[in-house]
Amino acid sequence: MAKFSRKGKGGMPGISTASLPDIIFMLLFFFMVTTVMREVELKINVKTPEATEIKKLEKKSLVSYIYIGKPKNKSLGDEPRIQLNDQLARISDIANYIIAEREARNEAEVPFLTTSLKVDKETKMGIVTDLKLELRKVNALKINYSTKKRFNEL
Amino acid sequence: MRRSKGVPEVNAGSMADIAFLLLIFFLVATTMDVDTGLARMLPPWQPDLEQKDVDIKQRNIFLVLINSQDRLLVEGEWGDIRQLRKQAKEFIANAADKETLPEKENVEVPYFGNYPVSKQIISLQNDRSTSYDMYMKVQNELVAAYNELREELAQQKFGTSFDKLPEDQKKAIQTIYPQRISEAEPKNVGGNK
Repeated sequence: MAKFSRKGKGGMPGISTASLPDIIFMLLFFFMVTTVMREVELKINVKTPEATEIKKLEKKSLVSYIYIGKPKNKSLGDEPRIQLNDQLARISDIANYIIAEREARNEAEVPFLTTSLKVDKETKMGIVTDLKLELRKVNALKINYSTKKRFNEL
Repeated sequence: MRRSKGVPEVNAGSMADIAFLLLIFFLVATTMDVDTGLARMLPPWQPDLEQKDVDIKQRNIFLVLINSQDRLLVEGEWGDIRQLRKQAKEFIANAADKETLPEKENVEVPYFGNYPVSKQIISLQNDRSTSYDMYMKVQNELVAAYNELREELAQQKFGTSFDKLPEDQKKAIQTIYPQRISEAEPKNVGGNK
């Protein structure tokens, strides 16, 4: 007992916390720079399939997203729907959407625009085929089937 | 009265707390997921050409059909998704120069000289009620077949993996194994949508 109290009396010099704000700021800046805010609120359920031969999608500013899946709101039925930006859309809206996306970009960047298809794996190919046809009509040929990485064997 | 010692110093003790608050906000708001996927190019839209069948020899086509029950028909026979990659590789490379597999044409390729390049083309057809999951699996296997062949050639010729090669050597290998996957318009044979 005596041993402990004696030791306590001498006391350890306190660690200076003056640099704590600096450390926190460093972390803060890191997260501020790496943060990508979620742009859209999904009104449909999208669970992308898995694949092994995937590539990273570069240059996020040059990507426009098209979502397909079953609506979260059950009153909208069970059929897969297309979502563009923040609202559900029909197949005929695709062309206008792509054109709007193009106009928002620099003209020099237009050939590099990629369309990322985030399609739920339960979806039937019919709607996807219609979508692809529509994309071909507006000459948006560069597409990316969004998939997750698969680790296990087939 | 004297305003003496200037402005009193602001207490910076709470600075850390404020920074913490912001830090926690960004921590919560951050999504670190990287978008990944299979990159593909669609064929250009040519309405007048759409109906015309381009004349390609039967032996040069590797036909993969997926029906509405997600079953595979590979070159006219029931197929298995686990065998597809092997079958596709065999077809693309045609190492044994078989009669039934694609023809080859000698092409001048940098680094390789005069190299027999096969005139292969993979045709993928699906039904309107094929599931997207199955379609993606098949696409993945076909792309994997090309990637594996390229990888093997890179290892054999340059002794490194394909991803690490300089641009022009990659180009050369891509000339030998060009990725030709044709996604035809679906057939609606499986009945209802």
